[in-house]
Amino acid sequence: MTRIETGPIEAGQAPRQVGRGINRLEAHAKVTGRAGYIHNLTLPRMLHAKIFRSTVAHGRIVSIDTSAAREAPGVFAVYTADDIRRVMPEPYFGPAFHDQPILAIDKVRYIGEPVAVVLASDPHAADEATHLIMAEYEELPAVFNEVEAATSDVHVHEELRPAGTFPDLKHLAGRKATNVALDFRVRRGDVETAFAQAAHVFDDTFTTQQVMHVPLEPMVSVAEPGENAGTLTLHTASQSPSFVRIEVARLLGWAENRVRVRVGLLGGGFGAKLYIKLEALAAALALLTRRPVRVALTMEEQFFTITKHATTFRMQTAVSADGRITGRRCEVWWNGGAYADIGPRVTQKSGFTASGPYDIDNVSIDSYQVYTNLPPAGAFRGFGIPQMVWAYESHADMIARKLNLDPVEFRRRNLLRDGQPHATGTVMRDAALGLVLDRVAERMNWSAPFDHGGGTVRRGRGVGIGFKALVAPTTSVAMVSLAADGSCTVYSSTVDMGQASDTAIALMAGDVLGIDAEKIKVIRPDTDSTPYDMATLGSRSTFHMGHAVRLAAEDARAKLRALADELGVPPDEPARAGDLLKRKYGMQAGNIVGIGSFIPPYTKPDHETGQSENITPNWMIGGTGVEVEVDMETGHFKVLRFENVVDCGTPINPKVVDTQISGAAIMQLGITMFERMEFDEVGQLRNASFAEYKIPGIHDIPHRIGRETVDAYQSNGPFGAKGVGESATFGVASAIAEAIEDATGVRIKTLPITPEAVYRALCAARNEPLPEE
Amino acid sequence: MSETLIDLEFTLNGERVRASVEPHLTILEVLRNEFGLYGARESCGQGLCGCCTVLVNGDTVSGCLYLAAMANGADVTTVEHLDANGTLDPIQQAFIECGAFQCGFCTSGFLMMSRQLLDENPDPTEAEIRHYLAGNLCRCAAYPEIIDAVKLAAQRRKEAALA
Repeated sequence: MTRIETGPIEAGQAPRQVGRGINRLEAHAKVTGRAGYIHNLTLPRMLHAKIFRSTVAHGRIVSIDTSAAREAPGVFAVYTADDIRRVMPEPYFGPAFHDQPILAIDKVRYIGEPVAVVLASDPHAADEATHLIMAEYEELPAVFNEVEAATSDVHVHEELRPAGTFPDLKHLAGRKATNVALDFRVRRGDVETAFAQAAHVFDDTFTTQQVMHVPLEPMVSVAEPGENAGTLTLHTASQSPSFVRIEVARLLGWAENRVRVRVGLLGGGFGAKLYIKLEALAAALALLTRRPVRVALTMEEQFFTITKHATTFRMQTAVSADGRITGRRCEVWWNGGAYADIGPRVTQKSGFTASGPYDIDNVSIDSYQVYTNLPPAGAFRGFGIPQMVWAYESHADMIARKLNLDPVEFRRRNLLRDGQPHATGTVMRDAALGLVLDRVAERMNWSAPFDHGGGTVRRGRGVGIGFKALVAPTTSVAMVSLAADGSCTVYSSTVDMGQASDTAIALMAGDVLGIDAEKIKVIRPDTDSTPYDMATLGSRSTFHMGHAVRLAAEDARAKLRALADELGVPPDEPARAGDLLKRKYGMQAGNIVGIGSFIPPYTKPDHETGQSENITPNWMIGGTGVEVEVDMETGHFKVLRFENVVDCGTPINPKVVDTQISGAAIMQLGITMFERMEFDEVGQLRNASFAEYKIPGIHDIPHRIGRETVDAYQSNGPFGAKGVGESATFGVASAIAEAIEDATGVRIKTLPITPEAVYRALCAARNEPLPEE
Repeated sequence: MSETLIDLEFTLNGERVRASVEPHLTILEVLRNEFGLYGARESCGQGLCGCCTVLVNGDTVSGCLYLAAMANGADVTTVEHLDANGTLDPIQQAFIECGAFQCGFCTSGFLMMSRQLLDENPDPTEAEIRHYLAGNLCRCAAYPEIIDAVKLAAQRRKEAALA
C-alpha cells in the first residue's frame, strides 16, 4: 500500500480540525424539525403512485385486469410493464445483474413484487384503487432455502444477465438452468493434507436469518420532468446519486447530463437505499404522465424491496495439538432472493474473509449467491461480514471449548499479524487485530475470576472479533471552492444519512485549509453540481471521499500559493483567499476552485484461486465483549455488559465515532436477539410491520455500554483514518452465543438467539426436547 | 375521496388556524399538506415508532393515528414550536450537545416526549426516562445519548429555575 502524505497545515492558520469532537453541522436543523428529507417534498401537480404487488411467490402472469382501477374516483392512470416499455424499452435494472424488471414482466418471482401501479393526485385514492386490480397467475413451484435452491430444478430466472459493470461477472452471461448467480472461491495451500494431518477436526453448520434495515424514513423517490424535453430530475432518498443517474440514463438511452439526481438528508440508510430502488419506476411514471410523480413506500412495503441475506455456512477447521488452526474449509450459501441487487458483490467481498482474522496456511472457500423466491437481498451495514463473523467466531469459540483453551488466548495464538499474508495472499498492514482483542479483554477484566452465578440464574461471557476489507476499487471526486471573502464550500456526492459525513468532510477540508469546520458549507449531493462518487456504502466515504476532499483542498491551497506568487506576495506570508482574490480582481470577486479525485490501487483476485497481492486498501476491525445473565427456567437472558472496540485509524470526529460504535453494535444486538422476517410455507411474509417485527427500543439496550477506538494509524488513509460505520457490528452475535454457552452449557448456531431458542436448547440438553413448531 | 369536508378551527403552535379537511385525514397529513409543517413524520404508520408525535391539548399523541377532525377547537403543538421564543429549548440544546441523534428522522418525536416527561417529572431517574421513551424508536440507536440528553436538560432546567 502506498503511503499518502497529508502534509502539515500552514503556520499561522486555524488549528488542526481532524480529531476535534464537534456537533454535527446539521444539528440545529434536526432538533427544530426543519431538516430537509426528500420525504418532505411536495411539488405542484404531483401525482402519488401506489404499487400493486404479487400474491404468489413464483408464477406466470396470465392476465392483469386494471379496468376497474382505472374507473375508480380520482385515479389518473394505471400502468403495467407494457406501459413502462413505452419509455424504457428494456426495463430491467440492477447494479450487478440487469435482472429486475421495473414492473413484473411475464413472471412474478416473489410475494410482494411490484406488478402494476396506480397514479392519483390523492394518495388515498391511488391506494384504494390498487385493491381493484385483478391479476391471474399460473403458479409455478417455488424455492426458498438457499442450500436447496443451489441445486434445485426450480429456476427463478431462465438465464443469468450480468450487468457488465463488473468484469469478474462477465463469465456468467447466458448461463442457464441455475440459481447460482455467482460462485466465488479462494484456494490456498493444501487443505486435504492439513485435514489429514490435523490433531482435531471441527465441522459445524451455522445459519443467519433474513432481516430488513427499516430506515425510519421509508424509501421515497420523486421524479420531475425537466423544463426542456428529454430532461428529468429525480429527488430521491438514495445513498448513491451518481449510480442512479448512470442507471436511469442507461434505461432511457440518454446522456448522463440529462438526468439530475438530488438527495436530501437521509432518514437512515444502512444499505437499503443503495444503487437503484424506486428511481427507475418514478422516472418512467414521470415521463409517461408528464407530471411530477412521488413513489413513497410504507414501512410494510420496505420489507418487499430489499433485505439482508439469510445465510448457511458450513465451517470445517483443522487444528493442531497446540491449538493452531492449520486448515479451513468454508462453504457459504447467500440467500439472494429473487433479484441479485448487489448480492454477488456481498458473496465475493465477504466471501474471501471466511477464514477470519486468523493466520491459516491452508484455506478453501466457496461462496455462492443463490436466487430464491423471496424478497431480494442486498447490502446491509457490514456487507455480509456480520453473518460471516457470526459463523467463524462461533466456530472459534466451539474449538476453544473443545480444546479447553481460554477463548481470548486461542484467538491470540491464531490472529493474523501485520506482515503476514491473508488467505488471499494480500499482506496484512495496519490491522490492529491484536490490540483490539487486548482492549476488549481488558475492558471485560477478562483475567479476573468470573462469577457464573448458580441455581436458576446463570451468568456467562464471550468475546468476538472480526474484520472487513474495504470495498475496492471505487472512485470519489470532490471540489472545494473558496470565495473572495475567504469562505469555503465543499462539493461532494457523499450522502449524509446520519453518519455525519458532512461534518467529517468539513473537518478534513478545514484541516488542510486552516478553516474551522463549522464555517465550511458542504453542498448536498446534486449530480448537476456535485461531482461523481461511487456511493455512500461500506464505510468507504471516510477513506475515499476523505482523500478526494483532502486532494481538492490541497489543490486549492496550491492555486492560492500560485496566485500569491503571481501577485508578488512574499513566500513567508500566508496565502489567504480573501486577500488574494480582492487584490487580483480589485473587488470581492472570483473563486479559487480545487479538484480532487481518488481511486486506491487494487489487484483483482484470480478467478480460480481468489489470490491477489492487493485485495483491499485497508482492513476495518471490530471486537465485542458481552456478559449475559440467563434465566434457566425460561431461557430469557439479559445483556449486562456490552464492550465494543474498533480500529478506525484516526477518528476524524471522535464524538460521532462513539455514536457510530454504539449505534452499530446495538443494531447488531437486535439482529442477534430478535429481528427475523418470518415467511409461511408459500413464501408470504407474516411480520412486515413494527407490530410484529421488533427492532431495539430503549429498554433493550444494556445498562453498561463501552466503546473505544484503539490508538492506531492507517498509513494510506486520509489523516490516518479509515471507515467505522460497520465495525462494531462484527463481534456481537457470536459473543452472545458464547456467553450463553458459558452460562448454560448450550450452544445456539442459528440466529436470532431468542429466549425460545435458548429454552428449547436447555430442554434438549436435559433430554426433554420440545416438539418442533 | 369523501365528498364531505369538515371545517376545523384550532390553535396551531399558538396561532388560530382554519382548515377544511376530509374526515379520514390524520392530523399528521393536515400539518404537512395544509400548514407545511414537516417536523412530525410518518414512519411506521401504526403509532408504534413515535416519529409523528405531536401535542394535542397538552397530551402527546401519535399524529399518524389521530384524526384531524378530533383536533377541532384543540390546542396543537409541534416540534417547530419548541424554539418559538427565538432560543432553543433546553431539551433541544441538550440533544445537540449530547449528540442524541444520527439521521434525525425520529428526533422530533423524542424531543416532544422528552420535554413532556420533564414537564411532568423534572428530575427523572434513568429507569423513568427509559419507561417514558419506550414508545419511540431510533433505528440509528442513539439511545445512550438520548438518555444523557434528557438528564442534561433536566439539570439545565433545574439550574434555570434556581437562577
